[in-house]
Amino acid sequence: MTDSGFRLKGSVVTTVLLEIQAFSLNSIIAQLKNKIEQVPHFFNQAPVIIDITKMTQEVTYEELNGLVIAVGELGLGVIGWRCDAQRVPEWRNQLSIPLLPASKTRPINPPAPIVAQEHNADVVVKTVVEERLVPQTTKVIAKPIRSGQQVYAEGDLIILTQVSAGAEVLADGNIHVYGALRGRALAGVKGDTNARIFCKSMEAELVSIAGNFMLSDGLQNIIWKESAQVLLVEDSLEVQSL
Amino acid sequence: MAKIIVVTSGKGGVGKTTSSAAIGTGIALKGFKTVIIDFDVGLRNLDLIMGCERRVVYDFVNVINKEATLTQALIKDKRTKDLFILPASQTRDKDALTIEGVQTVLEDLAKEFDYIICDSPAGIEKGAQMALYFADAAIVVTNPEVSSVRDSDRILGILQSKSKRAEEGREPIEEHLLLTRYHPERVALGEMLSVSDVEDILAVPLIGVIPESEAVLKASNQGSPVILDVESEAGQAYVDAVDRLMGEEKPLRFLDVQKKGFFKRLLGG
Repeated sequence: MTDSGFRLKGSVVTTVLLEIQAFSLNSIIAQLKNKIEQVPHFFNQAPVIIDITKMTQEVTYEELNGLVIAVGELGLGVIGWRCDAQRVPEWRNQLSIPLLPASKTRPINPPAPIVAQEHNADVVVKTVVEERLVPQTTKVIAKPIRSGQQVYAEGDLIILTQVSAGAEVLADGNIHVYGALRGRALAGVKGDTNARIFCKSMEAELVSIAGNFMLSDGLQNIIWKESAQVLLVEDSLEVQSL
Repeated sequence: MAKIIVVTSGKGGVGKTTSSAAIGTGIALKGFKTVIIDFDVGLRNLDLIMGCERRVVYDFVNVINKEATLTQALIKDKRTKDLFILPASQTRDKDALTIEGVQTVLEDLAKEFDYIICDSPAGIEKGAQMALYFADAAIVVTNPEVSSVRDSDRILGILQSKSKRAEEGREPIEEHLLLTRYHPERVALGEMLSVSDVEDILAVPLIGVIPESEAVLKASNQGSPVILDVESEAGQAYVDAVDRLMGEEKPLRFLDVQKKGFFKRLLGG
């Protein structure tokens, strides 16, 4: 892969979402300018997505293009726009920035009092965490994970040998241990309830999937020193023999 | 190029210094020029076990601080040819050791010696990390009980993450497991972990099992490495361990409960 001179990788970036409720270029720009002055560092070169999903009336190409240029002049970087999937305008490809899919976004209340006490605002600035499908990377480890060591994988974690007592392995995805699992294993640490833990010999201090955990006392009553998998079935942890 | 071997364990009192003295002597007996360095600054013991405590004038810290030369500080062993001891300072603490200082001393020693044995202090802090940082190989000394095994596991993790070899992404430190104070009778009674239990937990190749023996205490008090007591089981077990360290294949001895013979029982032996 590296001989082509570049690598394609997925990445997650926190962006500012400019949610337009009523289109009035001058008023939007004036209010935005006011907010930028309050926290200039936060907005300097900040990536912005313009979202017109919540607008009831139609927007013309000229209006939106004007907004993109004006926002750019304020020192923000417009990286895309978004609209209601049912009402995609015909001129969508004319705009220089990409139309982003209206993906699931989780609005997070901004820590700074940016939208406080502004009830009649036409513009709402929200910080959102953009969730995109990032190709999961699998981490493979051939050495034993020793007591006191901690290993974390953003995707799946595969350990070819053992995990010692006092060691901790964590993954956003699944955890496979092709040896004895004697330490702690936490799969789906970012909330993936479909994550599972597989091991050749279950001797764990703790297993957890998406925050639901079980200690060795509980495990010993189900499966001990045998190959096992741990999964979440309707919010309760299940340990099964393999 | 000298080979640097650290003798370490994490836990204290498992036999690091006894093993350093025995293995260093064993290697020297094979004709290799060997030096044993006491890294336990402030709690120096190696000179006692080697019986040279009265000959200590300058120490490791003096050499690091350039208050003495290596030649002045090195003590030549009286019993074994080709064996030298670099004692620790009794009046200083581990902060007296610096990476640069230790490196300079080791580089100077490497010009003259074939083997450098670093006798690590207990713990996982600075002193222990200094002792293992430059190592090419490690002998992890473990007693057959859970806390010692757990601490050895911890130190194995440190060997693979905080050593110079690990930091430079070179071939990892060669690991050897040495099980000491092994008591076959107590293993049979289930009071101690067996060899296979420890091997299973640590997953490191074994270079020797040293049986619990009165000869070890006697040797320490006399200031003579137990490996020189060829009559004792512990001494013979150390000879085997050194042979295995040098790449020889030898079956493990002294693992089984010895049946007391009629006369031994009669005489209360």
